[in-house]
Amino acid sequence: MPNFIMSYLGSTLTPGEAGNQFWALVYVLVIFAGVSVAVIAMNWIERKALAHFQIRLGPMRVGPHGLLQPFADALKLMLKEDIIPSEADQFVFWVAPLIGLLAAFTVYTVIPFGPSQAVSDMNIGILFMLGVSSLGVLGIVVAGWASNSNYPLIGALRSSAQMVSYEVAMGLAVVSAILMTSLNSTGTGTLSMIGIVQAQQQQGVWFIFKFFPLGFIAFAIFAIAMVAETNRAPFDMAEAESELTAGYHTEYSGFRWSLFMLSEYAAMIAVSSIAVTLWLGGWMRPFPNLLHAPAWEFVFSLFPALTFGGLAAIAFIGTVRMPSHSFFKIQRIGLAVFGALLGLVALLLLLIAIAGHSADETLASRFKESIGHVYWFVLKVAVFMYLFIWYRATWPRYRFDQLMKIGWKVMLPISLGVLMITAIVGVIFS
Amino acid sequence: MNSALNPGMAPVATPFFFYLLAGLAIMGGILVITRSNAVHSALSLIVTLLSVAGLYLMLYAPFVAGVQIIVYAGGIMVLFLFVIMLVNVERASKDRRFNRIWPIGLVAACTLMGLFVSAFVKGSRINDMFRDRGMLLPESSNTQQVASLLYGEVDRMGRYTLGQYTFAFEIASLLLLVAILGAVIMTKKKI
Amino acid sequence: MVPVTTLHYLVVAAALFVLGVIGVLTRRNVVIVLMSIELILNAVNLNLVAFSHMWGNLHGQLFAIFVTVDAAAEAAVGLGILIAFFRNKETINVDEIDLLKW
Repeated sequence: MPNFIMSYLGSTLTPGEAGNQFWALVYVLVIFAGVSVAVIAMNWIERKALAHFQIRLGPMRVGPHGLLQPFADALKLMLKEDIIPSEADQFVFWVAPLIGLLAAFTVYTVIPFGPSQAVSDMNIGILFMLGVSSLGVLGIVVAGWASNSNYPLIGALRSSAQMVSYEVAMGLAVVSAILMTSLNSTGTGTLSMIGIVQAQQQQGVWFIFKFFPLGFIAFAIFAIAMVAETNRAPFDMAEAESELTAGYHTEYSGFRWSLFMLSEYAAMIAVSSIAVTLWLGGWMRPFPNLLHAPAWEFVFSLFPALTFGGLAAIAFIGTVRMPSHSFFKIQRIGLAVFGALLGLVALLLLLIAIAGHSADETLASRFKESIGHVYWFVLKVAVFMYLFIWYRATWPRYRFDQLMKIGWKVMLPISLGVLMITAIVGVIFS
Repeated sequence: MNSALNPGMAPVATPFFFYLLAGLAIMGGILVITRSNAVHSALSLIVTLLSVAGLYLMLYAPFVAGVQIIVYAGGIMVLFLFVIMLVNVERASKDRRFNRIWPIGLVAACTLMGLFVSAFVKGSRINDMFRDRGMLLPESSNTQQVASLLYGEVDRMGRYTLGQYTFAFEIASLLLLVAILGAVIMTKKKI
Repeated sequence: MVPVTTLHYLVVAAALFVLGVIGVLTRRNVVIVLMSIELILNAVNLNLVAFSHMWGNLHGQLFAIFVTVDAAAEAAVGLGILIAFFRNKETINVDEIDLLKW
């Protein structure tokens, strides 16, 4: 069994490439579970962070500090009555959330968590991602029409017009990142996601810092376009509760609505992963070339353990600060148990980091490497998730005509300009 | 990086997936032309387009498959759905579906199909051209040729586009410009 | 089972083509006629890509991409014409669009 795992961890091909269906299936299940856990965590973090931004506390009752609130929400949504408008088109009403969900989850096939850890690293990875995320628009349009009601129809048309507009700017920003992969010795770039991160590794610089400020502007355009793509604030005109009842998911209740929310959060995580892979160096730790001594490797490999240790410490501090009233006894115990679990995970990661410190290829060192890759990737994506919440708490939303004006008159010319200048600068400096 | 022999892009169990995708495509096509509700037709067309993209992937054409999904399924079909929702009059789905001269259209189409069938039968019987130069399946033992079909696809397409077919590329972009201008002018209320 | 040859793909393309032709010739709704035209163009693309694989070069695939670009332009213009017409006459049936001037 350790040989089996070793033989997998040591391979340089992704399961899709190696034709290894078992590991590909394991990957798909792990990704599905991971994204679901991430969505649940996002739900909690969003409510607590928004609340703290607005100087209130957010959910505090359901678990210790509201930690079990997402589970309570999920349970409520699953048990709610499933209302379908009588004049709605039954089949289309049923299939619309599924289209959005499929489009959001299929993007994860190409996202790499390590040098050979992707479900299937296609030669056309970026093209696949762009295509599949443009299929998400269809789900929204069809959902709005199938509800057979005015508010959802207008919300759906607005939302899909917005998504289609910002897809253009997103695609051009992606193209300028792909252009930078071809500035290597052979002169050929690659569209595969693992190839893009490896190009950043070979050129020794994250693409966000390459040809400063060109890489940064392309990254900024992608960052703005991805917020508009996922219909998040400040571009959430289509689902603004105060203006349009609830946009395209007005008539959806219970589990179907939760599918829309799931697909929205999954799409957020997916486009953040794309941004991380293209511009922020994917799974690479910071300063891989500048600080490459084995001592620095050891220090950076301790980061996962330190992060979980920090979270465990925060949980314990919360336990200590909880009011000593009999009403809070069970919350106190729950938070202490949660902190203990986090501490156990931290201890495990610490053991793996210390055991895998040797240079040769043992099981522990392979685990340490893989954990390191996944950790840095997830950390960068988590930064983006927090930025999404920060944007929602801070900025007012754009009016629809302002939104479209920005998409076509500001983002598109800038991304075209960045593309041209990147090409010219790339030719001059290589 | 991907190794030169990249079997991950090659389809597995080729006949099964071919029949599945071909069946989906043809079923989608039949639903497009027979549904009275325009939105149902559009959704069936999306199924057909995605199945055809899958068939392109089986034919070692990943770039064309990607372009098909982005342009056709993600662009043109959204456009169709917008227009259907804009012009959707309630009585349209209760109108007669087929026009009055539909038998003539059906006969013409069947004649066309007979023409195709005769071409295929003649081609495969006399010249044996389809079976002679057969298709290179990924399960074939000629791994070098399989690898040569898979490596550097987008790279070579780019070289053709900007090298041998530059003129066609520029004309295509001019065509798109003309189409954009035409569509904008035609739908303006006051020119 | 018979291995999948070029002929199989050509048969699928021919079937899609004929379905598209039936759609164009028999349906009354203009939008569905335009969708049948898209079916025809897809059948042509499939044919091109199948032959490109048979001969082992990329010319067919490149031609297919240009056909796709052309189909996009034509769909946009066709739907623009439809909307302009719909504003004037409030109908989307080809049977009722039968006057050169009104």
